[in-house]
Amino acid sequence: MNTRSIAMFATIFALMIFVGFLQSWTVAAQLLNMCLISAIMALGVNIQWGYAGLFSVGTMGFVALGGLATVVTSMPPVKEAWSAGGLGILLAMVTAAATIFIAVQLWKRMAAGRLRALAITAVLIGGFLLYRYLFDPAVEAIESIDPAATGYLGGLGLPILLSWLVGGLFAAAAAWGIGKISLGLRSDYLAIATLGIAEIIIAVLKNEDWLARGVKNVANIPRPVPYEVDLQADPGFVAWADWLGIDLIDASSIFVKLCYAILFVIVLAIIFWMSEKALNSPWGRMMRAIRDNEEAAEAMGKDVTRRHLQVFIIGSAVCGIAGAMMTTLDSLMTPGTYQPLRFTFLIWVMVIVGGSGNNWGSVLGGFLIWFLWIEVEPLGRWLMELLTSGMASDSWLRDHLLDGAAQMRLLTMGVILLLVLRFSPRGLIPEK
Amino acid sequence: MDFLNALTALANYVLVPGVTYGSQLALGALGITLIYGILRFSNFAHGDTMAFGTMVVILITWWMQSAGIGFGPLPTALLALPFGIAVTVLLVLGTDRVVYRFYRRAKAAPIILVMASLGVMFVLNGLVRIVIGTGDQRFADGARFIVTAGGFKRATGLEEGLAIKVSQGITVITAVVVVAALFWFLNRTRTGKSMRAFSDNEDLALLSGINPERVVTIVWVLVGILATVAGTLYGLDKSFKPFIYFQLLLPMFAAAIVGGLGNPLGAIAGGFVIAFSEVTVTYAFKKVVTYLVPDAWAPDSLVQLLSTDYKFAVSFSILVLVLLFRPTGIFKGQSV
Repeated sequence: MNTRSIAMFATIFALMIFVGFLQSWTVAAQLLNMCLISAIMALGVNIQWGYAGLFSVGTMGFVALGGLATVVTSMPPVKEAWSAGGLGILLAMVTAAATIFIAVQLWKRMAAGRLRALAITAVLIGGFLLYRYLFDPAVEAIESIDPAATGYLGGLGLPILLSWLVGGLFAAAAAWGIGKISLGLRSDYLAIATLGIAEIIIAVLKNEDWLARGVKNVANIPRPVPYEVDLQADPGFVAWADWLGIDLIDASSIFVKLCYAILFVIVLAIIFWMSEKALNSPWGRMMRAIRDNEEAAEAMGKDVTRRHLQVFIIGSAVCGIAGAMMTTLDSLMTPGTYQPLRFTFLIWVMVIVGGSGNNWGSVLGGFLIWFLWIEVEPLGRWLMELLTSGMASDSWLRDHLLDGAAQMRLLTMGVILLLVLRFSPRGLIPEK
Repeated sequence: MDFLNALTALANYVLVPGVTYGSQLALGALGITLIYGILRFSNFAHGDTMAFGTMVVILITWWMQSAGIGFGPLPTALLALPFGIAVTVLLVLGTDRVVYRFYRRAKAAPIILVMASLGVMFVLNGLVRIVIGTGDQRFADGARFIVTAGGFKRATGLEEGLAIKVSQGITVITAVVVVAALFWFLNRTRTGKSMRAFSDNEDLALLSGINPERVVTIVWVLVGILATVAGTLYGLDKSFKPFIYFQLLLPMFAAAIVGGLGNPLGAIAGGFVIAFSEVTVTYAFKKVVTYLVPDAWAPDSLVQLLSTDYKFAVSFSILVLVLLFRPTGIFKGQSV
């Protein structure tokens, strides 16, 4: 951290305070929270790209798995659904796992040939039929139980903070599977495979209603912080807001958001500290050696594929944690809102702009790009209004341009990414 | 008779859509594979290039429709296609000039080019959304069917109908024409041969006096043509929505990899493999099975392997199988 980096961080915070004065403090607090989460996601991608040079574009999937973790960890269990179909679902899952396990074992143990192909095909088809036989009625039973309110298995009713860790574990498990398949091949293959797995995770979340209600969304996910209504009813808080001279509703909303911010800062600090430690340890040096010259590292006896798998899992887990935090902040799981441009490629822009390989850079990139992502829209609208102010107010073109202003941010992000890649490829805070 | 009915149902719901979708994917995958073979990077902006080309075609189509220009029973979009191609070619040549050329000259790692293509993807995506919006756009006009289900039933006396849409017929014919022209170009002309030489061994091609900038320009022209044609055909057949075009990246990449990245023939085969797998795996075979088995055995369920929402999972699974067992693809591609 030199004075230049400190100045850049200070500028971001000044901009946020500016937003607080200009728009509202609630907006500024929400912006801060999302900036913190974005910074964690950027750290996760930086671990994959900056440390090891892995090009993974599946961030969205890992973030969504984090979101799923909040539901399955801390929503209250739906007992009727469990008794109606819980056993069936569990058996189906065991069947699926066993089928794949047997198929893999056959592949490994039998001699190559027609017999092996036949045996594996038979196991897979039989397993699939058995799986569907167990799975379909169970799903139907679960989804028919009060579909307007539940219609899913619910969660385990555990504390929400625990779900952040579970989110990391979910993402790590998915990353292990995908990494096993596509690492060790061409670098582009990991990109395409992760692009695919992310789409599939979203498709599962949207369609498997028994799991997390699909597009019907899960609302009212428990919170780790107090509720605004309780605060407004609390005489101590009312007196405090009075003393500060802030409107009670504003005060409660800002207070809640700041509570979140404190939690997020703690998580960010822990992950950041661990990343820095790892980067400056022998392990970190080895990772960079592999990134800069795979062949040389391999010649030195490093198992490149294994290290790549390791770092891929760690980075994905960080993204999963951030995803769980984001869903906790919203108290709402909405699979329909996960979009690759927003949850994968935007995070990449953060890392590249901030400075890949440098954790401070990723945090700065997370803050800066999220700030722009949110603020470019009102800015673009204002700019468009200025540009079109000469046109008649009922002009078709003017309306169209004003509608389009909302899409300005994609264009802006693309231009920023291209400019940084071209003129400052090492980012705002370059790697040492 | 039941057997013929089953066959007709299968043709109507699996064969015809599969061939159409396969042609569209093949054209898209050809663009990806050409860029990979010559420029040596995975172009993530390809889906959005298709969206851009289609958007231009749609805008010109709308203008033609309002000006009263039509193409008889064929969709007006076919008349607008050459103009759309011209604009798209200019666009891709422009992005090459502004973005990619710098990295090519700097001999940057392929992954940097992939990232630059992400930037281009963002810009094109934003551009398309600003100009035409995010919603669904329909621009097909002219006659709707070559063969209607009712007409087919009357002509054959079968219970099942077979419908072939004009857009499906046009897709297949156009794809055949474009692919034939492309292969003629690659295999018969001097320029095409120089491109293949460049793809096989860059250094040797340079030594034999092939001008790399000229090869690159021609690749982008071909990619512009392929992307616009593929996008327009897909849009005519289904409908145009920017986000769907972005999502087509996955099946197109899967098709290119299944066939072997950098291998044009493989891209076509891959396109059909992916398309038919998607359609057969997500089709409910209840009707077909009911015709084939005795009444008592008729199935209650849909006999559907996966719901249509999981079509991405199909292209992905095929991709995974290929990566696991044959990373170079069915036809040998350039990948290790």
